[in-house]
Amino acid sequence: MNGRRGSHLFGGVQDSAAKSVGVAALSTVVVFAVLGYLIVNTPGWTEFQQGFFDSGEFSRSLPSIGAAFLVNIKLFLLAEVFILVLALLLAVMRSLDGPVFLPFRIISVVYTDFFRGVPGILIVYVLGFGIPSLQIPGVTIDPFFWALVALILVYSAYVAEVYRAGIDSVHSSQNAAARSLGLSRAQALRYVVLPQAVRRVIPPLLNDFIGLQKDTALVSFLGVVEAFQRANIISAGDFNFTPYAATAVFFLIITVPMARFVDWLVARDRRRQMAGAGAR
Amino acid sequence: MTAVGAHPEALHAEGVHKSFGRLEVLRGIDLTMATHEVVCLIGASGSGKSTLLRCIDLLEPVSGGRIMVAGREITARGVDANQVRRGIGIVFQSFNLFPHMSVLRNVILAPRKVLGLSRQQAVEEADALLERFGLADKRLEYPDRLSGGQQQRVAIVRALAMRPELLLLDEVTSALDPELVADVLDVIRDLRTQGMTMLIATHEMGFARDIADRVCFLDAGQILEEGPPSAIFSSPKEPRTRQFLDRIIRAGRL
Repeated sequence: MNGRRGSHLFGGVQDSAAKSVGVAALSTVVVFAVLGYLIVNTPGWTEFQQGFFDSGEFSRSLPSIGAAFLVNIKLFLLAEVFILVLALLLAVMRSLDGPVFLPFRIISVVYTDFFRGVPGILIVYVLGFGIPSLQIPGVTIDPFFWALVALILVYSAYVAEVYRAGIDSVHSSQNAAARSLGLSRAQALRYVVLPQAVRRVIPPLLNDFIGLQKDTALVSFLGVVEAFQRANIISAGDFNFTPYAATAVFFLIITVPMARFVDWLVARDRRRQMAGAGAR
Repeated sequence: MTAVGAHPEALHAEGVHKSFGRLEVLRGIDLTMATHEVVCLIGASGSGKSTLLRCIDLLEPVSGGRIMVAGREITARGVDANQVRRGIGIVFQSFNLFPHMSVLRNVILAPRKVLGLSRQQAVEEADALLERFGLADKRLEYPDRLSGGQQQRVAIVRALAMRPELLLLDEVTSALDPELVADVLDVIRDLRTQGMTMLIATHEMGFARDIADRVCFLDAGQILEEGPPSAIFSSPKEPRTRQFLDRIIRAGRL
């Protein structure tokens, strides 16, 4: 870290780099020490610690929650692939102009309005309990499958909006330039508009995926034994909430690196834009 | 360049009207261009020059009238616009290069995807054009690394790579720093000597006087006066034309 950047972080105070680092360290230590002292000295701290952060309970529950967490990982990896495709389809449908495409635009708008407007848990319930209760021959009643479908439907609506923002952000002159060269509407979209659109929305796209990773816990409501449900089971048997803390650790292990990666991407894009502007 | 001995009439526009909502931008344009002819459109901003060019490239549907290119009516119902645009090149004021592609990929995209050339053949042709316009060393650069003049020359090369029979130039030097204008104008002069049929909307009156076979003065969506540059620039008949040119002279641009 150089001095200029350091002083910028601290509100533009003109100062040496070493002094800035020192101030940062000191203020951080002081703030966290005071917070820690206040929490540890609350009247119920001992009971709280035993109930939520019992180290023995923590290490006992960790392996089985870890194993159940693989279900969460499987769920969001599968869901992400389908969401990326379905959402792109929805966004493209909505971006089509011309009277012929009105029905496609209507479908896309109604879809995103509905699935963004309804709580995700309701969709999980309706699909997970409703469809199996119809007892349609040949249709699976596997709760994992219907939970997966519910997540795909809900998150596709959000991701479609992200894609759409990206498509709208590509200036119409790019499309005109592509069409003027004889490219068809689909070719202009495929080679000119979408590559630029997707590049611009990668950070918000990843943001939605952090949300999705957390929401895989919703499927526990269908009785799928993933990390949260496993924690429920252990917690109910041991009369202790520590398994939930262990579950939180697993979620943080995958979401925090993703969040830092998004930050890095945003910072890189900003640097590139500034470099691009400087080159003119 | 190509299509030598094509239809003698490169372009024929008849009573072309264009409205955006209640705003009538083109109010009955009649214009005929012979193959190999170079016509300059002059006139104030908002007189309809750009709109006319965009209508000819079918980027805007006309509200009335008809346009024939090489004897074929392109404004008729059921005409495949993609196919029409293949034969017409257009270069825009703001370049509109594809920023996510290198110079070379900008140039070969349409020849490969629209004309179906092999990659090798498209690259060979692109390199020949880039070489000819002094851009050979820029082939792998991205557009934002180039000067405005270089970007505009790449845009011209990109249009030429489709071997158009008619080239439309929409104020191609208006967004350029003054010292970069000459390079781009030289490219257009070069194209003229190669026999390219060109319709040029421009504010560069000196250039129009040099290069045009014919100059058309557009005013409020109509061609008010047209003729050889010598006649239009030295003895305009219409008072509106005289007024426009006087203003240009006062601004030191002629």
